[in-house]
Amino acid sequence: MKKLLLASAAAALTVGAAGAEDIKLGIILGYTGPIESLTPSMAAAAEAAIAEVNASGKLLDGATVTGIRADSTCVDAGVATAAAEKLVTGDQVNAIIGADCSGVTGAILQNVAIPNGVVMISPSATSPGLTTMESGGLFFRTSPSDAREGEIAAEIMKERGINSFALTYTNNDYGKGLADAIKTSAEAAGITVTIMAAHEDGKADYSAEVGALASAGGDILVVAGYLDQGGLGIIKAALDTGAFDTFELPGGMIGDSLPVAVGDALNGSFGQVPGTDAPGMGILSGMAGGAFDVNSPYTPESYDAAALIMLAMEAAKSSKSADFKDKVLDVANAPGEKIMPGELAKALDILKAGGDIDYVGATDVELVNGRESSGHYREIEVQDQKNVTVKFR
Amino acid sequence: MDPINAIVALLNFVVIPATAYGAQLAIGALGVTMIYGILRFSNFAHGDTMAFGAMCTILVTWLFQSWGLHLWVLPTALLALPFGIAATAALLIFTDRAVYRFYRRQKAAPVILVIVSMGVMFVMNGLVRFIIGVEDQNFLDGERFIISARTFKEMTGLDEGLAFKTSQGLTIVTAVVVVAALFWFLNRTRTGKSMRAFSDNEDLALLSGINPEKVVTYTWIIVAGLATIAGVLYGLDKSFKPFTYFQLLLPIFAAAIVGGLGSPIGAIAGGFVIAFSEITVTYAFKKVLGYFAPGGWEPDSLMQLLSTDYKFAVSFAILIIVLLFKPTGLFKGKSV
Repeated sequence: MKKLLLASAAAALTVGAAGAEDIKLGIILGYTGPIESLTPSMAAAAEAAIAEVNASGKLLDGATVTGIRADSTCVDAGVATAAAEKLVTGDQVNAIIGADCSGVTGAILQNVAIPNGVVMISPSATSPGLTTMESGGLFFRTSPSDAREGEIAAEIMKERGINSFALTYTNNDYGKGLADAIKTSAEAAGITVTIMAAHEDGKADYSAEVGALASAGGDILVVAGYLDQGGLGIIKAALDTGAFDTFELPGGMIGDSLPVAVGDALNGSFGQVPGTDAPGMGILSGMAGGAFDVNSPYTPESYDAAALIMLAMEAAKSSKSADFKDKVLDVANAPGEKIMPGELAKALDILKAGGDIDYVGATDVELVNGRESSGHYREIEVQDQKNVTVKFR
Repeated sequence: MDPINAIVALLNFVVIPATAYGAQLAIGALGVTMIYGILRFSNFAHGDTMAFGAMCTILVTWLFQSWGLHLWVLPTALLALPFGIAATAALLIFTDRAVYRFYRRQKAAPVILVIVSMGVMFVMNGLVRFIIGVEDQNFLDGERFIISARTFKEMTGLDEGLAFKTSQGLTIVTAVVVVAALFWFLNRTRTGKSMRAFSDNEDLALLSGINPEKVVTYTWIIVAGLATIAGVLYGLDKSFKPFTYFQLLLPIFAAAIVGGLGSPIGAIAGGFVIAFSEITVTYAFKKVLGYFAPGGWEPDSLMQLLSTDYKFAVSFAILIIVLLFKPTGLFKGKSV
């Protein structure tokens, strides 16, 4: 309590001097759970955008922004909702950056964001269901829908001459949505899907799943799962029994730990993960200074999500969600001056003068369907036990 | 008609994985059943005891590997196993002295002990994660395969590969050895006989001068051995991750109950029943039947009885059926 008083007194002092506002942004990501290896970098990137705006001192005439982290767990909707509830009612955040995984993002949107009228921008929720979910204009994402990833995956497999594949997915919103998207796109491209079967994460044995997949056959196996959960178990069992040699790995399976855990046998497998060679990536990489890794999945998207929220606030001249929710699309899309990472101060100046900006950011942000990124992907191939980017799409 | 390929496919995807998995479950279920038979409660901490034993073995294995100590084509973990068992036995005896003995002296009802063991489970769970972390750990070395799918195809010229991993061979051999040793101990040695007497009738055993504390201590040591061996074999065959050991608890208990709680032979049978039912009932027989069918008659559908989503439903359906018709399990254990 004493600490809290001191902190608020200190905050009051700094704010009081400028007569400006203290803005709070919740950063709700899965710091524990299936994607705990990705989230530290994502949060650091979002905080970098906040620090950049604070350093400029130009947001709403010198308002200071504080990021408050909360744990979404990625999988437990109950815990995530409680954490978001605490952010909104306890910490009184003005907006939320997050959540990460699709299931918890939908839960927070329905149970916390809409009832309280708080804007949320997710850097990594990719379920196609979120494209059409009722949001009251409060929900955006700097990540693309998996429907787009399905098209990309089909395109890559077609180019590599694959005629048929077996498909397994982790049994949740993300896995099911992505698997459906891949299946639809692949069949449209004339590739046969021999079987589509779910697997549960964290199970003791995957021989049954691999047996069914092997029996159905196919040139390769598509594993729409998580790299430190069931996805890894399936790949190991499939390699051990000689059922499949090559795997197609969607975003949730791309990470440095997978090729190391599986070993040589994964060489030659390929996949795709949201990412871009947009010039913004290089700039953001220069700004990172070791605090985060721009090539880690969804890290640049996190920077962009935080930047969009703060720019929209300036455009609306208000930190209230109800006021700035309509400005998010304006600052993200054309027309206007193009804004790269590191140019947030310049963007704030233009907005203050009443001008228009087109936020490009690290990932070439272009929001479509009124809420989500149009999507850029890196095509990955595993070479010498490393994920190598072979192409941008 | 191509029966050889059909048999090879069936061996590769059903028989070998199910046998290895069944052996791992059987050794785990033996530990559960020993505690139930002699100490008279269901030990929910067993999965995490396995994780603790495997963790100790992994740490010693890493030490040996850093010394350059290897065991020819076999995994170094075998050398480290006795140290893992010793550490686990120490932990279990400590837990017994610190926790279980108190409730035993109170003559607490079994259900209280079950709840207590859940508490112990969470403590062990935390202990393992605190020491080694939550990630996957790989500690398998030596030759990975006795025969790999590719070599088999090259050797025989068949379309189907047959993979037999070292860890699977090791699991099956170890299971046989462990079970034989356990039965010899229980049936032939004085201590083993006193344990069985204690299990059959506690009061009569006390009257005939059997020291109960000694029986309890021996039980925990044997359970530590079984849990560590099961944990290490499972870790070698799949991978070590604390969370999956916690999840192993369900199939292990299902195995012990199907076989008959308190009956060692039942635990072994139960392990294989559960493993084979999980894998065969959900297996897609398209390929196998395709080899048997005359040309042009190959099935188009997957020929799958149930989707793999239901594999746990299968083992629990078997559990319920067994309990309905034979409440004491297949091999006349104590009724639950």
